[in-house]
Amino acid sequence: MSATVTKARATTGQEDVLPQTAVTPGPVRPNPVAGILRRALTGSATLCWAALVVVPVYWLVVTSLRSRADFTADSPLALPSHPTLDNYRTLLAGDFTTYLLNSVIVTVATVALTLVVALMAAFAIVRGAGSRLSRVSFRLYLLGLAIPLQAVIIPVYLLIIRMQLYDSLLAIVLPSAAFALPITVMILVSFLRDVPRSLFEAMIVDGAGDWRMLFSLAAPLARPALMTVAVYDGLQVWNGFLFPLILTQSGDKAVLPLALTLYRGQFGIDVPATMAAVVLSTLPMFALFILARRQLVAGLTAGFSK
Amino acid sequence: MAAPALLLFGLFGLVPLGGVVVLSLTRWDGLGSIGWEGIGNWSSVLTDGATWQALGLTVKVMLVSWLVQTPIALALGVFQAPRGRLRALFAVLFFLPLLLSAVAIGLTWQALLDPSFGIGATPGLHWLAKPLLGSPDLALYTVIFVIAWQFIPFHALLYQAGIRQIPTALYEAAALDGAGPVSRFRHITLPQLKYTMVTSSTLMLVGSLTYFDLIFVLSGGNGGPGDSTRVLPLAMYITGFQAHDMGRASAVATLLVVFGLGLSMLTTRLSGFTRMDSQQEGM
Repeated sequence: MSATVTKARATTGQEDVLPQTAVTPGPVRPNPVAGILRRALTGSATLCWAALVVVPVYWLVVTSLRSRADFTADSPLALPSHPTLDNYRTLLAGDFTTYLLNSVIVTVATVALTLVVALMAAFAIVRGAGSRLSRVSFRLYLLGLAIPLQAVIIPVYLLIIRMQLYDSLLAIVLPSAAFALPITVMILVSFLRDVPRSLFEAMIVDGAGDWRMLFSLAAPLARPALMTVAVYDGLQVWNGFLFPLILTQSGDKAVLPLALTLYRGQFGIDVPATMAAVVLSTLPMFALFILARRQLVAGLTAGFSK
Repeated sequence: MAAPALLLFGLFGLVPLGGVVVLSLTRWDGLGSIGWEGIGNWSSVLTDGATWQALGLTVKVMLVSWLVQTPIALALGVFQAPRGRLRALFAVLFFLPLLLSAVAIGLTWQALLDPSFGIGATPGLHWLAKPLLGSPDLALYTVIFVIAWQFIPFHALLYQAGIRQIPTALYEAAALDGAGPVSRFRHITLPQLKYTMVTSSTLMLVGSLTYFDLIFVLSGGNGGPGDSTRVLPLAMYITGFQAHDMGRASAVATLLVVFGLGLSMLTTRLSGFTRMDSQQEGM
């Protein structure tokens, strides 16, 4: 680690920001014969892993297509002997759409809130770089990365009750946004830090204030990073369970992960119906994955892989 | 401009951090009024064998998970790093566990591992028809297995991204010097991945304090059978939200805070995560 390292990065900083989209070539060997042992090892690990992933997911889908009677009669990994969509029909005729809508509202609201306040904070931290306030607030977010959600759930529960928000969707949105902030701010800071200072200085010469710089320079420039954190935060919130479990109560406020546990209680040992609910609750994330695979990969690794 | 974020994060992140310590000195059933208790909760929590049992389980889950996940994630990351069509196909498969919620994963594995109707009912797989989640001896390891299933793809992604950032020039130079694949892995890939490894380990270790959703679902909400999977967060939840003793639960939660901050300070010190310059070595 030396000054030259920092310098080397300064020139390539732009590419380093989103590791996934970086065009740095991988360790492609000049000599393809080498590495057979390593490949055999990693290759077989990969095949085992593929089986470990494919088998449960395949079972999940075929089970959701069985009737309750076929579930006990069929061999688990066989194709369904009488495939049926009845489980899905029952779900969609019930409360599933309410849960789905709740999840969509909570996720969209949380991500929007997080992005807006995190971008403002990141901009302030980068613009005030070196100042005490900037350093202290950045440290606070770093500290936030290490706070386990469960550790503070009781005071959060108390706060939500006192704010009269208990059992509302907002009760999930506010803490979820707060806990998405540390990682979001950090990724945005590491992105904005690489915006050349001269761009900001040119705008200041033109008489632009902080807000105009935020809206017409920082926000458009940070768009790739914003997309990335949006997808990452969205996935976390969509799948979040603890806040909904503790901060809401009524069935009509349930989001999907919580609803899945309600279904288990309701359907009892009707495994195919429960599995259909699992499949349906995951479909939106598959859709997101197909639409935004690049952003998802970048989001999942951004900020961690340097 | 920094104010809204600090306000939100302060209110729901930092205030509760202090609040949990204060609440650990009170008596509260979660609904009624809050009364002063003093150090009573602490002396009862710290002399309760169940606390130490939960703490021990948490440490066990943490260490075994780390030992299981790190080599597999590293191997998968190494395999995925070069680009190619077959690898792109595998990459899609790797993603699946990342898209499922912990609850969905828990419900799926719970049903899949059911001794009567699960995968053990398949001809040829009867050896799997064991009460993997129902036996006190096996439940914890089954939970660790499912945790690995959920989190390995994420860590493999980290390693993949880390490997892709290693400059090719290093490998070319090593190849010229006659270094074989094994020694290149040992002397280039591993050292260059140092920071990725520290980051991944930090996330794994601190993250293992938050393995709640999955164990909650796999054990039917009670950390069973018996208390064989009742890790610290689950013990906290049961004490607070099922036994309605928020004071004691807050004391348990404070242990979690101390644990989490200590772990991350240790690993952050090792990694230099707060430094603002590059972590790439040897360039």
